[in-house]
Amino acid sequence: MTPEELDEIATIERETTHQFQHRVSVCVGTGCHSAHSEEVKTALEKEVSRQGLENWCQVKGVGCRGLCASGPMVEVDTAARLYQGVTPEDAVEIVETLDTGSVPRLECPTDLPFFTRQTKIVLEHAGRIDPERIEDYIVMGGYTALLKTLTEMTPAEVIEQITTSGLRGRGGGGYPTGLKWRTVAIAAGTQKYIICNGDEGDPGAFMDRSILESDPHRILEGMAIAAYAVGADEGYVYVRAEYPLAIKRLRAAIIQAERNGLLGKNIFGTPFSFHVEIRLGAGAFVCGEETALIASIEGRRGTPRPRPPYPAEFGLWGCPTLINNVETIANIVPIVRNGGAWFAEIGTENSKGTKVFALTGRVNHTGLIEVPMGITLREIVFDIGGGIPDGRKFKAVQTGGPSGGCIPEEYLDMTVDYASLAQVGSIMGSGGMIIMDETSNMVDVARYFMEFCMTESCGKCIPCRVGTVQMHELLCRIAAGQATPHDLELLEELCDLVKQTSLCGLGQSSPNPVLSTLRYFRNEYMDQLAAKPGE
Amino acid sequence: MTKVTLATVWLDGCSGCHMSFLDMDERLLDLMEHAELVYSPLVDLKTFPDMVDVTLVEGAVSSEEDLAKIRKVREHTRILVSLGDCAVTGNVPAMRNLFGVAAITERAYQENVDLHPQVPREVIPALLPHCCPVHEVVNVDVFVPGCPPAADTIFFIVSELVAGRRPDLSGLTRFGA
Amino acid sequence: MAPPTRVKTLKINNRDVGARQDETILEAAADVGITIPTLCQLDGLSNGGACRLCLVEVKGSSRLYPACVTRVEEGMEVLTNTERLTNYRRMILELLFAERNHICAVCVSNGHCELQTLAQDLGMTHVHFPYRHPHMVVDASHERFVIDHNRCVLCTRCVRVCDEVEGAHTWDVMGRGMDARVITDLSQPWGTSDTCTSCGKCVHVCPTGALFEKGKSVAEMLKKRQFLPYLKLMREERS
Ligand SMILES: Cc1cc2nc3c(=O)[nH]c(=O)nc-3n(C[C@H](O)[C@H](O)[C@H](O)COP(=O)(O)O)c2cc1C
Ligand code: SF4
Ligand code: SF4
Ligand code: FES
Repeated sequence: MTPEELDEIATIERETTHQFQHRVSVCVGTGCHSAHSEEVKTALEKEVSRQGLENWCQVKGVGCRGLCASGPMVEVDTAARLYQGVTPEDAVEIVETLDTGSVPRLECPTDLPFFTRQTKIVLEHAGRIDPERIEDYIVMGGYTALLKTLTEMTPAEVIEQITTSGLRGRGGGGYPTGLKWRTVAIAAGTQKYIICNGDEGDPGAFMDRSILESDPHRILEGMAIAAYAVGADEGYVYVRAEYPLAIKRLRAAIIQAERNGLLGKNIFGTPFSFHVEIRLGAGAFVCGEETALIASIEGRRGTPRPRPPYPAEFGLWGCPTLINNVETIANIVPIVRNGGAWFAEIGTENSKGTKVFALTGRVNHTGLIEVPMGITLREIVFDIGGGIPDGRKFKAVQTGGPSGGCIPEEYLDMTVDYASLAQVGSIMGSGGMIIMDETSNMVDVARYFMEFCMTESCGKCIPCRVGTVQMHELLCRIAAGQATPHDLELLEELCDLVKQTSLCGLGQSSPNPVLSTLRYFRNEYMDQLAAKPGE
Repeated sequence: MTKVTLATVWLDGCSGCHMSFLDMDERLLDLMEHAELVYSPLVDLKTFPDMVDVTLVEGAVSSEEDLAKIRKVREHTRILVSLGDCAVTGNVPAMRNLFGVAAITERAYQENVDLHPQVPREVIPALLPHCCPVHEVVNVDVFVPGCPPAADTIFFIVSELVAGRRPDLSGLTRFGA
Repeated sequence: MAPPTRVKTLKINNRDVGARQDETILEAAADVGITIPTLCQLDGLSNGGACRLCLVEVKGSSRLYPACVTRVEEGMEVLTNTERLTNYRRMILELLFAERNHICAVCVSNGHCELQTLAQDLGMTHVHFPYRHPHMVVDASHERFVIDHNRCVLCTRCVRVCDEVEGAHTWDVMGRGMDARVITDLSQPWGTSDTCTSCGKCVHVCPTGALFEKGKSVAEMLKKRQFLPYLKLMREERS
């Protein structure tokens, strides 16, 4: 592939698209896909051909538009009309009204705060391109960032841009990405690897899944840029096997990129070569932890090992390895394209850019959202999320999944950034956000997450393996109204032990949901004790 | 000077700890200069006194009767000592927890009996669903592991308690010792 | 020529200690006679930092560090036996005792067990968490050895010695969390294993009575470990 050829693909694609009068985009993203949007797409295609309109109207499958609970979503022409809850039976009407107007009964208002308050960087292509066609990606400027990197920038300059951008890891830890890249780049060794972590095991989270399913080439391009920057020539995408669609699209994307010379040997005629392979996770949450993930790729049992040494120095097959989350990687292309300084303009002092959240629970609009760092929780819950359904009262928002905490109403005006969330006893995490109303029982919430950690503990270290079981048992007792104040003391003692002594992040953070609910909703625990203190 | 009152109780255990207690031999006499044994399976008193200074418990809590007894003992004891592994950990009596009460009674009273196999419903107290160490049901002040703890250990513990001190057990005994 | 080894100076329990740069805190402490409790670690095998008993405090960090895998650093100030650490260690042992069925009184290793000794040394006189009493199996299908899962603490010494020293890799771990257990070959009866060479190394590195020789009764199983330092030394000389 030469730069000219890349340009040509874009031009041809642009011209083909212009031939059509209309364009009907059916969301085939995660949520809509499970609401059978493929059938809607087929019905629309049939209808278009039945009316002989193939050369006049184009039907496309596109990635997630976010408002997943209202799916299947269908967009007619760019941003002209948006339909929600579409069924195959609606196809006739949609096609018939293409020229004349709309189908009011299906209309979804596009001026909802849900759409207008978001800032799309990571998901900029989601809902706009067909994830299964490389041409769609290229016409949006795809692979030009890689071209720019390889032909105009030194690896050090790329890292410089990433560092300037202030990007921090989106996989949960929030480690500065530029710093990590530099560590791998200067690590001794000729063979280096890069791994994209798409294991995403947090209950309720589907940010990475959505990115992979909506815009797989974005990940490949980001990985190639990262590989060039740190001096790697082989990369792995680790995706959980529960994401067959993401795997399928990623696999297709790799083949397309290889065919077009955008992956493989001497990309754009430069000395840079880069190969990508997919590895499937077998469903263990702990395999998202970087050292366990590496063990899993190496074909060993996926259990964490103590760090240091960090993968940046001693990773896959003992070589320096860069491991980044899917969303982190998805930020690379726009940063290279627009410059680190541009990215650093978005967000807050210590948290730059945007964050994708999977908004779920007791909120009117559930789905996938991308918001700038520094937005308040209130804006997310009440503007974007449209508030709490059934006239109920907001109670808490849970972020960070099983490693995070519950944030009560008094902090609703707090900004969403790494430091603020940590300060109130939660974490940014990978992006799960669960809204709870007054009917939620906080002991149950804590018990739910503890059960998750207990069953997902790898069993290697004692505090996590046995401690989570004991904590879960105590939470069950409290929930069943059989616990004594002494049991509550035991629970707190165990929280401290497991947090301080566990080997990896899973164990270390497993007490967080308990600790944060104890911090803000202690009364609920007390109310459920069988005997009160002093009895 | 009034003597310290001492009691011993026997729950679900093999009586080995009591045997070890007796193994103090002539040292028992030294002890009794400062303490008085007011209740024990070894002496002939039927009711537990109003208040006892130190009570040694042998055995795990296995039956309704054990449970009632230990609760009562706790109420009437200043310093409660779990003596031996059964009291401290559940030990051998608790091994039945792996199988459940039904399977255990079946094995003991039906499978292994040739003549008139039947599960006793009277006299023998009903088993609790789980056999557990003493401190899972009442507060325990001093723990003396060992199966059984050696006479020397018991002598040291009791002497210290009788002298009004909390014994430092470190290095003296262990589980299974 | 091997690069010259550098010496690091540090403080362990306020004592000045000099150690080779490639030594762990555990080794550096042992050099000066300071013992740190360990369970999963065994000289001659790789270290996974799994049991967490050897955690120590390092001045200037709020984290705790596993001494068995943490390398010494210049100027480090290590504390190995603070009250906080002893409490954590005791609780970790309690969790182990509560996890499966360690009935010391009727164990082949009674009196020669590392777990039992650790409990005694750390002053763990009772378990203040509820016992779980899970139903665990005993596999006596091997001609000469028995694995009693009731007493396994999942230290993976058997797995490591079999893989790293014997080269058979008969043992591995299966299942997650509380369901984790050591298995032979593809989770089949030990006696049917094709890879087991019956060398007995696993039996002798096992810290508890989980692995033992047939015919041994209560308190009769003594573990002999002399072979490990010997093999380690021989391998070092070869390389
Ligand atoms: C138990 C556990 C599970 C994790 N799961 C994931 C995951 O699913 N995806 C992910 O990107 N990072 C996960 N992480 C974090 C990774 O270890 C690692 O920090 C991350 O992939 C680094 O990428 P980043 O710097 O881009 O965030 C997990 C960590 C722990 C402790
Ligand atoms: S903390 Fe839990 S998941 Fe992590 S190594 Fe220990 S047992 Fe495994
Ligand atoms: S069998 Fe013994 S050596 Fe193997 S993991 Fe269990 S306790 Fe450790
Ligand atoms: S001895 Fe260091 S973690 Fe087990």
